Amino acid sequence: MCSVIKLWLLTGGALLFAANPALRVCADPNNLPFSDRQEQGFENRLATLMASDLGMSVEYTWFPQRGSFFRKTVGAGQCDVVMGVPAGMKAGVIATEPYYRSTYVFVTRQDRNLGLHSLNDARLRKLSIGVQVLGDSDRSSPPAQALIERGIVRNLVAFNIFGNLNEADPAADLIHAVENGQVDVAVAWGPMAGYFAKSAKVPLEVTAIDYDSSQAVPLVFDIAIGVRKADLKLRDQLNGELGRRKAEIDILLKNYGIPRTSDPGER
Amino acid sequence: MIGMNRGWMVAALAFCGCMMYAQKTTASLTVPGALPNIQMVSPAANGEWTMPAGDYGNTRYSPLDKINTQNVQNLRVVANASTGIPHGHEGQPLVVNNTLYIVTPFPNNLIALDITKPGFPQKWIFHPNPDNRAVGIACCDVVNRGASFADGKIIFNTLDAQTFAVDANTGKKIWATAVGDIKVGETTTMAPIVVKNMVYTGISGGELGIRGRLVALDLKSGRIAWKAYSTGPDSEVLIGPDFKPFYAKDRGKDLGVSTWTPGQWKMGGGSVWGWVSYDPELNLLYYGTGNPGVWNADMRPGSNKWSITIWARDPATGAARWAYQVVDHDAWDYDEIMENILIDMPWQGRMRKLLLHPGRTGFMFVMDRETGEVLSAEKFGPVNWASSYNLKTGEANVDLSKRTHFGQYAQHICPSSTGGKDFIPSAFSPRTGILYIPAHNTCMDYEGTAVNYIAGTPYLGASVRMYPGPGGYQGELVAWDVANAKRLWSVKDADLPVYSGVLATGGDLVFYGTMEGWFRAVDAHTGKVLWEFKTASGIVGDPITFSGPDGKQYVAIYSGVGGWMGAVAFPDVSTSDPYAALGVPGTMKKIKDVTQPGDLLYVFSY
Repeated sequence: MCSVIKLWLLTGGALLFAANPALRVCADPNNLPFSDRQEQGFENRLATLMASDLGMSVEYTWFPQRGSFFRKTVGAGQCDVVMGVPAGMKAGVIATEPYYRSTYVFVTRQDRNLGLHSLNDARLRKLSIGVQVLGDSDRSSPPAQALIERGIVRNLVAFNIFGNLNEADPAADLIHAVENGQVDVAVAWGPMAGYFAKSAKVPLEVTAIDYDSSQAVPLVFDIAIGVRKADLKLRDQLNGELGRRKAEIDILLKNYGIPRTSDPGER
Repeated sequence: MIGMNRGWMVAALAFCGCMMYAQKTTASLTVPGALPNIQMVSPAANGEWTMPAGDYGNTRYSPLDKINTQNVQNLRVVANASTGIPHGHEGQPLVVNNTLYIVTPFPNNLIALDITKPGFPQKWIFHPNPDNRAVGIACCDVVNRGASFADGKIIFNTLDAQTFAVDANTGKKIWATAVGDIKVGETTTMAPIVVKNMVYTGISGGELGIRGRLVALDLKSGRIAWKAYSTGPDSEVLIGPDFKPFYAKDRGKDLGVSTWTPGQWKMGGGSVWGWVSYDPELNLLYYGTGNPGVWNADMRPGSNKWSITIWARDPATGAARWAYQVVDHDAWDYDEIMENILIDMPWQGRMRKLLLHPGRTGFMFVMDRETGEVLSAEKFGPVNWASSYNLKTGEANVDLSKRTHFGQYAQHICPSSTGGKDFIPSAFSPRTGILYIPAHNTCMDYEGTAVNYIAGTPYLGASVRMYPGPGGYQGELVAWDVANAKRLWSVKDADLPVYSGVLATGGDLVFYGTMEGWFRAVDAHTGKVLWEFKTASGIVGDPITFSGPDGKQYVAIYSGVGGWMGAVAFPDVSTSDPYAALGVPGTMKKIKDVTQPGDLLYVFSY
């Protein structure tokens, strides 16, 4: 932003400003590994990369990604993009081609040697299992639902997906609960689990949930950039850049510990 | 005279014992022209309007009769005011000491108007400047449901979970107290009430998995005196030795913990965002709690106490006297934070202390407010999720095919999650014995599949699709004969729900508004529309009436569409997406064609 303003002063210019617009990004100010206000998340890095390729600066609107996030941000014209959405999501945005596919995972302490990899593992009927839940809106977390459908209910321990915004990394309590033994296992979304497991105080094991073709609830999701609905041109430009920058993006995701999968996913 | 009477009442409340109070004021609890033996529990709003429902019994009845069935056609606009905030204007203004007070939607400004001067000019405006992060967290528009007056103070809430006391004369802040924390998703939208030296308010935000509670604050200092949680151990729900629920299903130790899977009560919902009523003689507060946390009912086997529960509590200590869980293990989002109307009247041959609760469930509950016994539960509109209530056990006879399960398709559930009615309050006239219920008629299909994304995590959203219920109408004002537990007549609205509160008067008029913006007076006996006026925007507020310094009677109403259902009128909500706004646009297709957001107060007289 700073350099844009300097250039503006030097050139006196409306022309330059029009030629060098901002990529307006709506993002959560406190939701690592995805984004934060210090721009340390992988989605922040990706936004910078995409914007510079398009000859743009990045301009953020910070908004907690909860409640009416999509309606009040990209839906209200506050920004052009949200850097991560499921590729199959239709409400409020158009999605680019996906830039990664991840999965829900098991997170356990290595010293427990549980080696969990299937939701059909009989031990899941006894272990205490941490899952994230979404308040009382009409929503369900996919692994919680998949477990409920197997009759595994009473040993689920619920963690609020929104956490407490007073704390850093509000959603990380689920992973901390595995570290400190409050639960035996967490079933969590891969990017979040992979990132927080890397910095855990005790060694943690992160294992993708086995693909099960009879499983009705999707556990694998393609993630794309969500573009405001009218802007097909921007979507097409971003698709081009995502393809061109695939190698760098793969390294970026690896550096953040994001588990990837080639299992069939939800589009 | 009116002012003197009121002063005497307040003094009596403050300094006399309750029995003495009841004896001394018995005469004033029988309103002129009341049916035999129908008595109010506290003096009706006779000139001023000092608390949300006008009186502690939540009747929304005023004996004022200068505007009546003979002259109502002469009503005209005598004053109006813009709040400058085009969002849902729920709730109602107050009128005290020749001043009219408006609490606006977020940012919850308090505006004082001088009613002694033509056009009601503004005296002052107070800006509480709440934290704007509350806007993203509130589920359903940025509404506020009004204020209370007591001890020279106007008491109201801001969306960011603070309660404010502002000097009613000067507009200066006296105290402000954080009653919740927006960073964990807690907001406040309800109107507080004041009893003796205490303020009562509640926490909303069930959509984000909060733990609901009623909070009592000291009127002088704003200090929190106690909190009564809606879930958790008895010690935090304030259940002690005085707790005597009527039904066996509501008895047991720490049910607020044991009726949940481990730990889930900590985000168990049970928000408190509706209306609180008070019986001075029994010295009990009454209110209802919202739906349980984690919508997915399959994840919370058990009755999930104390969600969807009607409470009676001691106002001094918060100690629970009785509780009745209206819906065990909710699967429909049937909040029961509705108004509880307190009235003494004959019931099946003998005088009873009644609590009337027209429910989100579509059932009209008549309860004994001393014991918590359900005396009657009859449908007041189209209902099929349950066939009836078993009055011996207090349980609903549920149609299991209408119970929602994630991933399964459940079709034609009536009413939809918006209920047979929402929080919008009814009115009761002691002159007719009729409860006037603002009702909805919507049904829903439920299927949990749609992919969505929050906090960086993909999740499954339920597809809740709502649509008009049977009969070719969407809203109606229902006249309910309380003594005989049956519908008498209704005024139907074809295209939109009735989402306005109701006012009944000694002039045998019933006032209410439509979402299209019509403000109406109907005959309290027959429902005949006697007068109507088209306001600028849809009406989701509650009418009040008062006497001016000129001796004339006035009627006031907000005009500004919004709220959960009304938000569909906003430009950023699409009526073509049947799954937006928790599924309500399917019932609100016409709203953008008939009204736009507004921000007005209208005052009528003759």
